[in-house]
Amino acid sequence: MTAAPAVAFKGVSIRFRAPKGGVHTVLRDISLEIADGTFLAIVGPSGCGKSTLLNVAAGLLEPPDGRTLIFGEPLRGINRHAAYLFQQDALLPWRTVLDNVMLGLVFRNVARAEAEPLALRFIERVGLRGFEDRFPHQLSGGMRKRVALAQSWIVGPRILLMDEPFGALDVQTRQIMENELLDLWQESRQTVLFITHDLEEAIALADRVVVISAGPAARIKGDYEVTLARPRDVAEIRLNPDFMQLYKRIWSDLRDEVRHSYEAGNR
Amino acid sequence: MSTGPPEGSEERVASTGGKPLDRGLVLTLQIGVFLLLMATWEALSAATILDPFYFSRPSEIFAKMAQWIYTGFILRHLAVTLLEALLAFIIGTLLGVGAGLALARVEILARVFDPYIRIFNALPRVILGPIFILWFGLGIASKVALAVTLVFFIVFFNTFQGIREVDPVVRNNARMLQASEHQLLRYVYLPSAMAWIFSSLHTSIGFALVGAVVGEYLGAAEGVGYIVAQAQGVFDTTGVFAGLILTSALVLVIDMGINRLERYLLRWRPGA
Repeated sequence: MTAAPAVAFKGVSIRFRAPKGGVHTVLRDISLEIADGTFLAIVGPSGCGKSTLLNVAAGLLEPPDGRTLIFGEPLRGINRHAAYLFQQDALLPWRTVLDNVMLGLVFRNVARAEAEPLALRFIERVGLRGFEDRFPHQLSGGMRKRVALAQSWIVGPRILLMDEPFGALDVQTRQIMENELLDLWQESRQTVLFITHDLEEAIALADRVVVISAGPAARIKGDYEVTLARPRDVAEIRLNPDFMQLYKRIWSDLRDEVRHSYEAGNR
Repeated sequence: MSTGPPEGSEERVASTGGKPLDRGLVLTLQIGVFLLLMATWEALSAATILDPFYFSRPSEIFAKMAQWIYTGFILRHLAVTLLEALLAFIIGTLLGVGAGLALARVEILARVFDPYIRIFNALPRVILGPIFILWFGLGIASKVALAVTLVFFIVFFNTFQGIREVDPVVRNNARMLQASEHQLLRYVYLPSAMAWIFSSLHTSIGFALVGAVVGEYLGAAEGVGYIVAQAQGVFDTTGVFAGLILTSALVLVIDMGINRLERYLLRWRPGA
């Protein structure tokens, strides 16, 4: 008997009412199982519904068709095993770094005396010691992402949902953050669902890469194991021959989809 | 240990735009404008180009104000007006925040009450003055009631908007961190609304005073509005102007206090 997968989508479809009337199908019949402890990257052209799928796993969006199982249990409401790292700024702008990092603990009614030392440890872990009393607007984009990382990590989630978390960062900051993410993950080995449109980032970070086709009615186009050794350095691994070979294979899948969505956008 | 910029550093900083204006110079010019204006007024009145009966003279107005303050005659009236405005501000804010919260969070309430709020807001509130005097008498209650109707709508609309405009990403993030409905309210919705309420504080305090003074003007036995009405009744232009300037000065002082409070409470905002 095998353990239940951390996340299992079973025939999930998502439709929205289009603004001009009619129904717009974003995802069609997605079935995907993610084993506990897997770092899964989901790639696809922009606008294909990757984020929508993540919102389904988070319990923020309920699909009209299909089911989502979390550790074998049907998901109802907010996914209590999951933390979510958003693409946009999601910190409370009126709270300091320390208060923001502690937020998940405070919401779980952990006493402040207990939560604060832990928060300070996480702040130090993401390299923000001395910035505890700053407000988010006083930090750079990269620093805000670190706060968000600490904020989602501190609650000890079994599943981490990440929606292009480093998309808005410059290339250097981004590589540093990716390595820090891998360091953190190496210690705890949660299940990660990582959305990105950057195939290099996906391969460098993940154990498994899933390609989603261009929308509308996006489906799963490919599913690849990444067997590159860990621990990895995201800058160095890009030069590895196995990496490049894998990149070529997946890219041939992805390229058609990117072209599709590009042409659809130009129509 | 801290890696932030050193505080109070003496280094020159870059500035966009030209030379920064000297604050002393600005202040001197501001006082100059005031003196010039007063001197012109005084001179025109002295030369009877402006009829002193209708326009009075700055020297007389300031003499009257000095006498009012010196004898303590005006203090009681100022205190009454302030008390009315303060009560109206507190009651109006509480009602406004409560109603704003309820309507912003419960869709059905917002839909049902929408036309009534529009109608009531469209009503020139001063018209309610007479009915409030009939209901609550000539004491402070009728003034407070009138000012509450003014404050309430400002606070209500700002609370409503503030809650409606909460960034969905921030809200979803809090939900993912397992905030309960109560915690969402306390940590997300209310602080967001607070920013809106505070930026409308100047307007709502101003309106609280307007409500109080207008209420007094319509019928009262004390308060600044009553003093102005009395002066007007005996064609005492100097008294009208003196009351007017004192009320403005009062609002100005309160406004400066609010500025400080606002700077502290909204310090989390960029550029605050």
